[in-house]
Amino acid sequence: MKNETSHIILKAEQLSIGYKTKKIETVIASNINFELQKGQLIGLVGANGIGKSTLLRTLIKVQPELSGAISLNNKDLKSTSTLELAKQLSIVLTEPLTSKNLSVFELVALGRHPYTNWIGNLTENDTTTINNALSLVNISELKDKKCYELSDGQLQKVMIARALAQDTAIIVLDEPTSHLDMYHKAYILKLLQKLTKETGKTILFSSHEIDLAIQLCDTMIVMTKDQVVCDEPCHLISKGIFNSLFPKDLIVFDDKTGSFRVTK
Amino acid sequence: MKTNHTYSFIVLTAVLLFCFVLNISLGSVGIPFSEVFDSLFGTAQNNTSQIIITKVRLPKAITAIIVGSGLGISGLLMQTLFRNPLAGPFVLGISSGASLGVALVILGSGLFGGLFATALITKWSIVIASSLGSFIVLLAVLAVSNKVRDTMAILIIGLMFGSITAAVVSVLSYFSSAEQLQQYIFWGFGSLSNLSWSDLLIFFSIYAFGLLLSIASIKGLNGLLLGDNYAKSLGLNLKQSRLIIILATSLIAGTITAFAGPIAFIGLAIPHLTRQIFKTTNHKILLPAVFLFGAIVMLICDTIAQVPYSDYMLPINAITALVGAPVVIWLLVRQRKMMF
Repeated sequence: MKNETSHIILKAEQLSIGYKTKKIETVIASNINFELQKGQLIGLVGANGIGKSTLLRTLIKVQPELSGAISLNNKDLKSTSTLELAKQLSIVLTEPLTSKNLSVFELVALGRHPYTNWIGNLTENDTTTINNALSLVNISELKDKKCYELSDGQLQKVMIARALAQDTAIIVLDEPTSHLDMYHKAYILKLLQKLTKETGKTILFSSHEIDLAIQLCDTMIVMTKDQVVCDEPCHLISKGIFNSLFPKDLIVFDDKTGSFRVTK
Repeated sequence: MKTNHTYSFIVLTAVLLFCFVLNISLGSVGIPFSEVFDSLFGTAQNNTSQIIITKVRLPKAITAIIVGSGLGISGLLMQTLFRNPLAGPFVLGISSGASLGVALVILGSGLFGGLFATALITKWSIVIASSLGSFIVLLAVLAVSNKVRDTMAILIIGLMFGSITAAVVSVLSYFSSAEQLQQYIFWGFGSLSNLSWSDLLIFFSIYAFGLLLSIASIKGLNGLLLGDNYAKSLGLNLKQSRLIIILATSLIAGTITAFAGPIAFIGLAIPHLTRQIFKTTNHKILLPAVFLFGAIVMLICDTIAQVPYSDYMLPINAITALVGAPVVIWLLVRQRKMMF
């Protein structure tokens, strides 16, 4: 545990997130503090509308923070240029693709954008990285397929491969498991866990699959109405954090099984 | 896959060359192929053919290539930028903006009257007014698109700009003379002829600059295929890319509208035609393909418009839609689905 700071990839201090128009400032969540370690799988959970997406959008610099500081690799996010950020952080979003008429290879190749020349020509090195990314998520055989021919699960894997091809230290995914069946939810999250182990990348994702996240994540960020807690899943369970996630009239958290069940 | 595209490009280039020669050899006076070639290389015996070819038909054919390819490319840029298959120089009001600029110069000069008016209507004032008009409308559309996320709303706003233009033109025409009105209406028909070599040089320079900007935007355009947030996460400077794309479009569409009039259809249809045939949305392939397709279609339309061996010269604007629209409908029906 010596030289601890060098292992911290993403850090939030006294972060306050929300939306600001000219007159009104809407605070979604405040007093957010966490430190994310390199090479870990981190799950972000919380009820609908609690601000998971807002937090992720703030972390990936799509929207500005209201106050506080975010540092990526010990550098303030505000002073990181778009291109610098593109080489350190890649994203997988929930928004649908504008064009699904690209082949899988072409789409994954777009991940090489920050490194290619002015017209986007791929070097041999780029092609190798793309093929590596494709094989890491086991979709090499889909290479020449068009994106509109893919199922939701396959498309999600392609988007993850694209993020991998971007060759960044951290990947942020916004609800990568929505629209997927139970098997593919587990498959995608397990894949993310495998990727952190094999590539040493830090992966942060938001999800509603709390029980899966508890089993797979190294660290979890839990957003409740009153606080944002970041800790290992077992510590969070013993602290009883998950019980404060939702109103207690319908579902309760079972410490023993690590999952929610419906009250009788 | 790559070789497949190379093959397509070779075929398209050959077709373009054929259409180019065909366009030059057909006209009100029939000139045999051999003489066309002789005239092109300056070794013709027949002096009349030589003059017809070099002074009239060659500039017109080159204009057709610039207009066709330019409108196709600006349509492609707009469709990708606005993420909307319906976008094009016309629908977004860019051509309306150009028309408004021209209307203000041709018709509005009546309001100022006298000497000032005649000084105002030169070819260049029309070109400048048209380019300025299209640029202003595009900036307005862009400003709106930054506020309104819904692309359908942007298209409707573009159509509203068209309505405003039409209204202003009606008001202006009420106050202008029959002569001015005629001049404006003829401009509206669209025309590829009447461009001298020196006009063409300036036309080409502005077009070439716009084309260079488009080529420089290829990487950004491909990034935009994923949507704004992804594009930004790839290190793309969104504001700058958008501005370059819009500048390229307004330069190309603006000058074309200025020199050749508001030519409908090509800008919307050619990118779709190209996507259907090349089955890709990669702009590195689309941009040159759209260039070739646009030029070919425009040359064919112009060949038809001049009605070979007769003195008739149909408005090019009518021909582009009459010939092109059924082709696009046929393609979409046959493929049953639109590529975007």
